[in-house]
Amino acid sequence: MKVSIIQFPGTNCERDTEYAFQKLGAQTEIIWHKEETLPQDTDLLVVAGGFSYGDYLRSGAIAKFSPIMKAVVAYANKGGKVLGICNGFQVLTEARLLPGALKRNEGLHFISKHHTLKVQNSDNDFLRKLSNDDVVNIPIAHHDGNYYIDDAGLQELQSNGQILLTYCDAQGNESNPNGSVASIAGVCNKEKNVFGLMPHPERAMEAILGSDDGVKMLQGFLESC
Amino acid sequence: MKAIVNVSLKAGVLDSQGKAVHHALDSLHFEGVKDVRVGKQIILQLDESDKEKAMQDVTKMCEELLANTVIEDYDIELV
Repeated sequence: MKVSIIQFPGTNCERDTEYAFQKLGAQTEIIWHKEETLPQDTDLLVVAGGFSYGDYLRSGAIAKFSPIMKAVVAYANKGGKVLGICNGFQVLTEARLLPGALKRNEGLHFISKHHTLKVQNSDNDFLRKLSNDDVVNIPIAHHDGNYYIDDAGLQELQSNGQILLTYCDAQGNESNPNGSVASIAGVCNKEKNVFGLMPHPERAMEAILGSDDGVKMLQGFLESC
Repeated sequence: MKAIVNVSLKAGVLDSQGKAVHHALDSLHFEGVKDVRVGKQIILQLDESDKEKAMQDVTKMCEELLANTVIEDYDIELV
């Protein structure tokens, strides 16, 4: 399986993402944002985390006009699998590949800590190795992670099974660190080929570093390719 | 010509920064402030001299880049 990882100026999670997918046995390639095409053998495209363009204007707002983004949009529209992590999620919402938007955290603080998440819908290529209501422990590290969508949009997410993960406590009860609507931590598009989440599964690959729950999450893609 | 673009969160979208500023004003005993909204101002120097054309151009800039219309409103003033 081949994973292509997009790197913008200011992206800083591309090496962690490489490490995570290589650990799972995938081939990886980092793609600089000035490229205009993706490797032809790409099975999964990851928009990695970081601070593309210094988060200027809005997180992800300027990255969406990078040369590579036309190829990313075309790849997604063709049904290719795309995963946006943290800043990558912000870029995908700005590019309108995913619904909603990410606002400044409700408490205005940058939050960097492990947080437990509840699986809401595992019936997709991303979370297939998990079951609904499973609780995973994954690091979050963001300033603009407050997911917003209007009431009509939220209803649509719910009825289409597009809510992937919500923030919860260790027992699985709702616990919201950043003010996100419905405590949403990750969503997918209606077609279920574009996925985005604020938490960092690629930083949860080693139990000795706090959690290896990211393995079960990212493995789903390997089985689907 | 100069275009002044004001971008702010839509009414109904919770403005955490506005709330924090409001709280700070309260603690400084500035009474009578009913609501605070924090936005940003973007000032563009334009070559265009035709107001109508400038308004069209800047509207397009707002829709494509300057504002995220999922959560933000914008208004444009030409001077």
